[in-house]
Amino acid sequence: MSASLDDGRSRPAQTTDPVPTPASRRRTRERLAELRGPSVPPRPLDARALAALAANPGCRRRALLDGAGVDKGALASRLGSPAPFGQSQFAIVRGNSFEAKVKADGGRELLRLFGVEDPGTVSVPELSASGPEGRTARTALALREATAAGGWTLLDHPLLTLEVAGSPVHLEPDAVVVDPAGRWTVVEIKSFPMLDGAADAAKVGAAARQAAVYVLALERVAAVTEGAEVGHGVLLVCPKDFSNLPTASVVDVRRQRAVTRRQLDRLTRVEEIAGALPEGLTFDVRERSAEELSAAVEAVPHAYAPECLAACELGFHCRGRAREAGEVQTLGRSVRGELGALTTVGAVLAAARGEAGDPEDPAVAALRRARALRQEALTEAAACR
Amino acid sequence: MSLIAHLARMEAVESGRAQPLATVRHRHLSERPLVLVPLTTAGEAGAPLGALVGTGPDEPRLLVVPQPRDRELRFAFLAELAEEVLPYVDGYADAVEPVERKDPATGEKVQVELCLDAPQLIVPSRAGIEYVRLLGRSTRFRRTAEQDPDTPYPAPPRVPLLGRWLTHYGERARVPGSSLLLAATDLLNRHWATGQSSLEDQHLGALLAWIDPYDDEPGAEAAYRAELGRDSRGQLLCPPAGPATDPAFDNRLLAPAIEAYDRARQAVGAAEDGETADAALAALHRAEREVRRLVVSQLKPTWDATWRALGLLRELPEGARVADRWTRDRWSFTGHRDKVAAGEPPQPRRDDAVTAAAKLAAREQAQGRLDAQEALDDPLVLAGRRLAGEAFTGEVVEVTPAWTEARRPAPRPLLTFRTDDRPRLEPGTKVYRSLDGRPQTAEFVAPEEDGALVLRLLDKMGRAKEPAEGTVPEKGERIAWTLFEHDQRTGPKLPAPEDTPWTHGGPPRSADGELPDAVTPEDLL
Ligand code: SF4
Repeated sequence: MSASLDDGRSRPAQTTDPVPTPASRRRTRERLAELRGPSVPPRPLDARALAALAANPGCRRRALLDGAGVDKGALASRLGSPAPFGQSQFAIVRGNSFEAKVKADGGRELLRLFGVEDPGTVSVPELSASGPEGRTARTALALREATAAGGWTLLDHPLLTLEVAGSPVHLEPDAVVVDPAGRWTVVEIKSFPMLDGAADAAKVGAAARQAAVYVLALERVAAVTEGAEVGHGVLLVCPKDFSNLPTASVVDVRRQRAVTRRQLDRLTRVEEIAGALPEGLTFDVRERSAEELSAAVEAVPHAYAPECLAACELGFHCRGRAREAGEVQTLGRSVRGELGALTTVGAVLAAARGEAGDPEDPAVAALRRARALRQEALTEAAACR
Repeated sequence: MSLIAHLARMEAVESGRAQPLATVRHRHLSERPLVLVPLTTAGEAGAPLGALVGTGPDEPRLLVVPQPRDRELRFAFLAELAEEVLPYVDGYADAVEPVERKDPATGEKVQVELCLDAPQLIVPSRAGIEYVRLLGRSTRFRRTAEQDPDTPYPAPPRVPLLGRWLTHYGERARVPGSSLLLAATDLLNRHWATGQSSLEDQHLGALLAWIDPYDDEPGAEAAYRAELGRDSRGQLLCPPAGPATDPAFDNRLLAPAIEAYDRARQAVGAAEDGETADAALAALHRAEREVRRLVVSQLKPTWDATWRALGLLRELPEGARVADRWTRDRWSFTGHRDKVAAGEPPQPRRDDAVTAAAKLAAREQAQGRLDAQEALDDPLVLAGRRLAGEAFTGEVVEVTPAWTEARRPAPRPLLTFRTDDRPRLEPGTKVYRSLDGRPQTAEFVAPEEDGALVLRLLDKMGRAKEPAEGTVPEKGERIAWTLFEHDQRTGPKLPAPEDTPWTHGGPPRSADGELPDAVTPEDLL
C-alpha cells in the first residue's frame, strides 16, 4: 500500500509488500506461474500454511514452493512420499458444531465471552459477495462501517488479503469483533478443551501463530480505515473442560506476529531464489515425470530438520534426501551444535575412530574421547555379564 | 543429550540397528504389569473409543464404545475399565510390611504399613500417559447416584474412584525415575539409541523397527514402512499407538461403521412387533461387532508392540538402585491407598501454591537422585558423566597413611590416583565413591607433577586410630569417583508429603473437596 493512504497514526512498519514496480511484479508472477506449471492453478495458502512457514524460516525450498503456489501435498505424492496429514471427519463435525454454538444468539454469546454482558445491539453484517475480491471488498467496507458506527459488530468469517510473494493470499478468520472504540479483535474458535483454565500449550501456540497471520492481514485494512486499531490480543475460544460450553482467554500474539512478519518479508525474496534456478525448471505436477520433479526439487536447497515432518508436506521426501546425504541434522537440530564443522554421519564417525579429522580440533578431540569412553563402558559391561 | 548419545545414534545410522544407551535396566518392571492401550475419538476431549487392557499378552480385555457421542455407552466403558483396573490395584493393597518412621507432626516413632509391591501401569506412548491423566481428570469429580441422588447424569459406582487412581498415577509419572506409570516408548528410548531423531522416536512401531527388526532389514527402511506404509485400502500397516486414530481409518472405516450402528439402533427403537424387533436386534449386534472388529484392528498391533517392548527390557538386568526408587513408588501407592481409605476427597483441580512448590522441589530432587543412581548403576551412563568432567575412573597407585592433628587423631589417608579422565577439580573439591553401596567421601588435594591426583579420604573408616578393614582402597584398586553426591539416605524411604494422608500428618484437606464439573446434555465426557 502506498504511504499516502495511511491515516498518519503510528503503526508497525509494513514491509511485506514488495516495493518494486508493477512491471517487476508482473515478471515475478509470470516466473512463479511458470514454476508451478501454466495449467496449474496456484494453491491458495491459508493462515495455517503461512504460520507453518515460521517453523522452518531458513528453508528456501519451502519458501519458493509456497511462494509459487505449488501444491506441496500433490508434489509429495508424485515424489513417492505422500504427506501423512489428514483430518478426521469426527473432528471436523465437532469443530463445526462448536463454532455454531459459539456464534449463536446473534453474536451475543461471543460477546459474553469478551466479558460484555449487555452489548446493546450487536450488528452482524452480511459479508457474502461473489468471488474472493468481492468478499474482501465487502469485508473492508463492513469493517469501515463498524468502526465509524461505534457499536459492537461481529464479522462472521470475513475474508482478508495478504500479499505474499507478489500475489494475494486470501485468509478467512473464524470471526473478527469490532468494539465501540474501533478496536478490531481476531477470534479463533478451536475445539480442543480448556481444562481447568489452561489448554494444551502446543495447540495454543499453533492457534496463536495462525491468529498472528490474521492480525497482519487486518492491519492492512486498518491502515486505510479511519479510527481503527488492530488488537494484538486475540480471543481464543475453546470448550470448557469436558463440556461443549465455550470459554475464552485472550492470547497475546505480538511475538508470533513479529516472527511471521519477518518470515513473510523473507518470502518476498522468492524472486531471488527463482532467479538462481536454471531456465525452464518447473514443478508442474501435471506435466512432469517423477524424476523431473525430483530433480527440480533437488535444485532448490532445503533445510531439513525433524520438525519438518509435522509441519511440511515434503517432510518425508526431504528426510530421505537428507539421510542419503548423511546429514547429522536428521538426528535433530541440537545434534549439529556440538560437532563443529563435521556435518555428515560418515565424517563424524571417521573422526571419532581416528580415521580422519584434525586431533587439534576440539570437536574431533571430544568425539574421540566420547567414543573411547563409550567403548570402554560397553566392554566393561560385557565382561560383567 | 550428550555427545556419547549422539555418537550412539550415528552408529545406529551406520549399522542400521539401534545401539545401547544403557547396560542395565533403569526402570522397575513388575512381574505382572497392567498394560492399557487406549484409543480416543478425534476432536473430542477425552471421549474414549476403546481400549485393550490386561496383565498378560495373550489375554487382553477389549472395551469398545460403539457410539462415542452416547453418554451411557461412555459410562459403560468407564465402568468396565474400572472393573479391570480397580481389582488389579486392590490386589496390591493388603500385602504389607510394618515400617517404623517418625510422625512428621509429633516427632515420635510410629509403626506404619508399607505395601510390599505396587500395581504398575504401562501405556504405549507418552500421549497415553497424558490420556491417563485426562481420563483421571474427567472422572474423579463425577458423582454417583449414591453420592448424590439428584445428580442429573449419575456415573457408575466405581468410576470416580477409578478417576482418583488414574490421577494419582498420572501425577506420579511426572516424578523422574518413578515406575508406577510408564510409556513403552520412554522405556525403549531410555535404553537404546536409534538412527533417527527423538521426535521420530515417539512412534512405537518405528522405534521397534530399529531395536528389534523382524528380519535383518535395516532400521531406517523398516521404520519408514511403520510410519507411512499403507495397504490397498489406504490403511496404515502399523496403526498409530494412540490414543489418536489415523484420520484415514476414521473417515473410511470407522465413520461408516458407527453410522450403521446408529441406524441399527434406530431400527430397534422403531420395531413394532416381536419379529422385526428380533431382526433389528440381530442387526444391531452385527453392527456393534463390526465397530469392535475395527477398533481392535487398530489396538491389537499396539498391544503386541507394547508387550514386545516389555520383553526386550526384561532381557536387561535390573540396575542395582532401581529397587530403591521402586520403594519410593511403593510409598506413593501406599499413601494414596491410605488417603482413599481415610475418606479424603478427590485430588483438587489445581494444586495450591504450597503443594505445587513442594511437588516441584520433590521432582527436582528426584531428578538429581535419578541421575546419580543411573550413573552409579551403569558404566555407560557414567561414561557420559566422565566425559562431562563430573566423574573419573582410574587406579590407586599409592596409599600414604596420615591422620588429623586432633588430640585423638583420626585416619585421613592420602591416595595417589591415576586417571585419563579430566575431572573438573579444584583443591578442596569433594569426590565420592561407592563403598558397599554407601558413599565414601574424599577431597582433592593437588595434582602431582606427572598428572596423578592426590586425594584425601575423609570418612567411613571407623572410630579407631587405624582405619577399619576394607575401608581404605589398596594400591592397584580401580575406583570410579564422582563429583556429584550419592543419595545419602538408606533404609525405608519417607513418602512425599502430598502422598501422606492427613490422618498420618499429611496436609489437611477440606472434607467436601471440590464441586463436580457442570454437565450439559450434549457433553462428551
Ligand atoms: S520438509 Fe523440506 S521443503 Fe519442507 S520445510 Fe523442511 S526442508 Fe523445507
